[in-house]
Formats: sequence, structure tokens, C-alpha cells
Amino acid sequence: MHPAPSVILFTTFSGLGFGLLFWLGIGYPPVTGMTAFVMFAIAYLFAVGGLLASTFHLGHPERAIKAFTQWRSSWLSREAWASVVSLILMAAYGAGLVFLGQRWTILGLLGGVMSLVTVFTTSMIYTQLKTVPRWHTALTPVRFLAFSLAGGALLAGQIRPAILLLLIAGLVQIMHWMRGDGALAASGTSLATATGLGRIGPVRAFEPPHTGTNYLLDEFVHVVGRRHSLQLRVISLILMVAIPVALLMMPFNHVIAFLAVASHILGVLVARWLFFAEAEHVVGLYYGKRHA
Amino acid sequence: MTQLPAKTERKLGLVIDLDTCVGCHACVISCKGWNTENYGAPLSDQDPSGANPRGTFLNRVHSYECQPDDGPAQLIHFPKSCLHCDDAPCVTVCPTGASYKRVEDGIVLVNESDCIGCGLCAWSCPYGARELDAAEGVMKKCTLCIDRIYNENLPQEDRVPACVRTCPAGARHFGDFADPESNVSRLVAERGGMDLMPEMGTAPVNKYLPPRPKDRIEDKAATLETVAEEPTGFFAWLDRALDRLPGGPTGNRTQKETETL
Ligand code: SF4
Ligand code: SF4
Ligand code: SF4
Repeated sequence: MHPAPSVILFTTFSGLGFGLLFWLGIGYPPVTGMTAFVMFAIAYLFAVGGLLASTFHLGHPERAIKAFTQWRSSWLSREAWASVVSLILMAAYGAGLVFLGQRWTILGLLGGVMSLVTVFTTSMIYTQLKTVPRWHTALTPVRFLAFSLAGGALLAGQIRPAILLLLIAGLVQIMHWMRGDGALAASGTSLATATGLGRIGPVRAFEPPHTGTNYLLDEFVHVVGRRHSLQLRVISLILMVAIPVALLMMPFNHVIAFLAVASHILGVLVARWLFFAEAEHVVGLYYGKRHA
Repeated sequence: MTQLPAKTERKLGLVIDLDTCVGCHACVISCKGWNTENYGAPLSDQDPSGANPRGTFLNRVHSYECQPDDGPAQLIHFPKSCLHCDDAPCVTVCPTGASYKRVEDGIVLVNESDCIGCGLCAWSCPYGARELDAAEGVMKKCTLCIDRIYNENLPQEDRVPACVRTCPAGARHFGDFADPESNVSRLVAERGGMDLMPEMGTAPVNKYLPPRPKDRIEDKAATLETVAEEPTGFFAWLDRALDRLPGGPTGNRTQKETETL
């Protein structure tokens, strides 16, 4: 799949933002007043900024409101609802903390859970696609939720949970890669089933339908070299898990915390780039671009 | 409404005959022409006369080579457009309700004034049947020429999709798959019409007819016995005479060369 910057930014930052909102919602850290204001501001900057970035890849962003209509069948529509509901709930809860010094526990819990539901709906947009075997697995939502919780804990300054969750998220990420590498072959879809010509003999793409490129090739056919991919996987793991965990083990100060967060975000961006760039859409088979 | 209808009254679609398609791309061009001038946003081109032309098409023809165990490789031309799937994932993923499947005839359409151009429907289609138009920012796909097949201003023979009307090889057939006696249902039954990527569970309405087995001369006529390796009598004389004419193996020799033979 084409690793569009808008979608990479959106999934990374909204994941982190909603992760932080979850921790704030359940009362870790138990902030009020100015501190609460700063933390909520960061969470909203990330969550809303991510959502706004996602509208950049729309052909008609001015009609985005229509995306609320099809929640019965569409995960994208459900995501729209979940994000708005959690942002409203958490805004009310945050206002209580910041301006009134009041903790409305139930509201916070509801908002926190809805924030995770939002991350889940985002992950389901990808998970539901049978056309991308690498994404079509329960590990995809687990991976999105694990990174959202870990990154949120990191931003919320929850050192011990952050260390544990970062390690778990790293592990889930490795499992997702390992399963993903064989996913297209295991899906049973090949050029033979795509054309129905397998019964005659091995099929080879002989001539493409067009000499130039097109929407399908740009959007769905992105090939990452094996060596390149391995390098980037290692880099992302070091940045998003190893360095933050090492820094968190040190005596706490704000510079170290900032570095841990910055490294984590960079690592997640690299991993998210790979998430899209490595995802093989089956339409690539028709163009002879996939070798399962 | 992006929930799928439980059942459609008719199932309109295409049968594509991989045995007779000659890969001329006429259906691609007639589709582009009709659908640029009629229903919905035109199918735009970017840089059409420049170095990197590209554009939106609703029908494209691939060519594949198959290598049977015994016998020469076969070249098969493979037109591909929306299959108007019964269980169309492109419809259910759409967040706006722009994508829908019609209850009356099963045609899958995009309501362009509702489409936000998110591209998710194209992501969910295994066949690459949807393309986002770069100029209009809306999703384009085959409409089965909805503005031809019901168009009473057209003569009866033109009330079929543009690709079907155009195909010079008779490789494309249009009809109702819900009627077991229709032309398309009979073709599918007789020729073993098949689904593309059946494992995707999309239940495509369009069917493809597989190439028929190729004739092999050995199976059709026994080779005759050789009766003579060298000609004799009149034919031997004719052979020699022809050889001597200009252009024959000895015809261009000089007098001297002939004498030395
Ligand atoms: S071929 Fe693709 S676009 Fe057409 S109905 Fe099936 S899934 Fe949808
Ligand atoms: S691109 Fe348009 S038709 Fe396709 S899913 Fe998005 S809104 Fe629906
Ligand atoms: S017009 Fe007919 S023969 Fe030519 S490419 Fe299309 S289907 Fe094949």
C-alpha cells in the first residue's frame, strides 16, 4: 500500500493522543488545574491533529460530515462516531479537572474506555480488509491498542506501566511482522485464482493494460526490499521500544522524559510507514507485482 | 445506504469470454468515451499528451501467458471491470452511503455527490475495479452503462453496455443472471463460467468463460506416410528444370561453373 504521509501521521498521533486520554480518563496521573490543562492540551493536539491530518487524503473533505451516516456497516463511520464521542466526554471531564478541580470519575472512565474504542475502530478499518492479508488478523487491533496504551503511558509519565507496555507492544509488533511475511502466501490468493487460469498451467503477467502508471499502481503496489525492510524494522524497534525503556530506567528528569517520548514517536512513525509500505494488496497480483 | 440488500430482483452483469477476446482494447476505449460524456463526473486524464500520461479507466485489459505441461504457451487477454459482486465489500466499508447496490438489478453504483473520496472502497475491492478520479476527487467505477441499458432514446440494439456493443470479437455478453434461461446464464452453464478470486467471498455476478482447450493437429488428423524421399519421373525432371531457372540453386551459375559440375 502507498505509505501516505497524512495517514501515517494520523494513525501515529491520534493513537498516542487517545492513549494519553485513556490514562487521563482513568486518573493516572491524578492531575488538576494547570497541569491537567497542559496534559489535556497535548492529548487533544495529538488526537485532533491526527484526525485533521486524515482529512488531507480525502478527495472532498468538505463533505466529511457525511461519514457519520453509515455506522451500521462501516468501520470508518464508527471511527468518526467513537472519536467525536470520546473527545466530547473527555472535554467535559477535563473541564471539571482544570476549571473546577472536580474529578467526575464515571465520566473519566467512560471517556477513557471510549478513547480505546476509538483506537480499536481505527485498527478495524485495516483489519477488515481481506484484500490485504498482512492486515487481516486479530493481531492488528492488538498491535494498535498495545502501542496506544504504551505511548499513552509514556506521555502520562506512568513509568512502570510504560516500561511493561512498551515491551509487550514490541513483542506484538514482532509477531505481527512474522505472521505478516507469510500472510499473502497463506491466504490462498494468487495470480492463478485471480485469473482463474491456473488450471491451464502456471500463469505469468505478460502485458500490463497500460504503459504508464495509474491510481491502482500508485495506491496499492508498493514494494519494499527485504533488506531495507529488515533494517527499518530494527531501527523502529530501537527507537520506539529499546531507547525509551532504557531512558525510563534512569533516574527521572524532564529532559530524559522528553527524549524518551521523542524517540518513541519517531520509532512509531517508522513502524507505521512499514505497516503501509509492506502491506501487499492482492490487486498487485493482476499486475504480476506480487510473488506469494 | 451501504448495507447490502438481502437479495436483488435481477442480477445484471457481464460474461467475458476469455476464449474469444483478442485483446484489442476496443472495449476500454468505448467505455472511456461513453462514460466521459455521460453519467457522472468525466473520466479525467492527467498529462495526456506529455511524458507521463495517466487517467481514470473503468475497464482495463491485461494479458497473461499460461504454460501448459504439454504444448506451447498460451496468451490470454483478460478484460477486467467491476464484477457487481453480490457480497460487495466496497459497499459495506463506505462511510457515507455513497456506494450502494441497487435492489432492482444488483448494479453497484457510487453516488458522486455523497462521496468524500476516502478511497476505502477501492482498498476493499480485490479486483482493482475502482479508481479515484484525480481531477474530481470522487470514486469512479463501472455502472454497467446504466444510462444506456434503460435509455429509451437509444435504438434497442444499443441498449447494452458500451463495451458489449463495441467488442468486435463477440467476447462480451450482457444479461440477467437471476434468470436461468437468459443468454448469460446459459453461457455460464455450457462453458463452465467461473468466478475470479472465489476465496475472497465477494460472490461476483460477472463470470469469465475459460479458454477452450486448444486444437492440436496430432489429434485432428494422422500424419500421412511418406511415400518417396526423392522425386522420380516427371516430378524429378520438373525439379531439375526449376533448379536451373534464375533464383534456383543452380539457376544463377555462370556457364563456366555449370560446365565444371
Ligand atoms: S468488483 Fe470490486 S468494486 Fe465491483 S462490486 Fe465487486 S468489490 Fe465492489
Ligand atoms: S471513496 Fe467515496 S464511495 Fe468510496 S468508500 Fe469513500 S465515500 Fe464511499
Ligand atoms: S473489445 Fe472484446 S476482444 Fe477487444 S479487448 Fe475488449 S473484450 Fe477483448
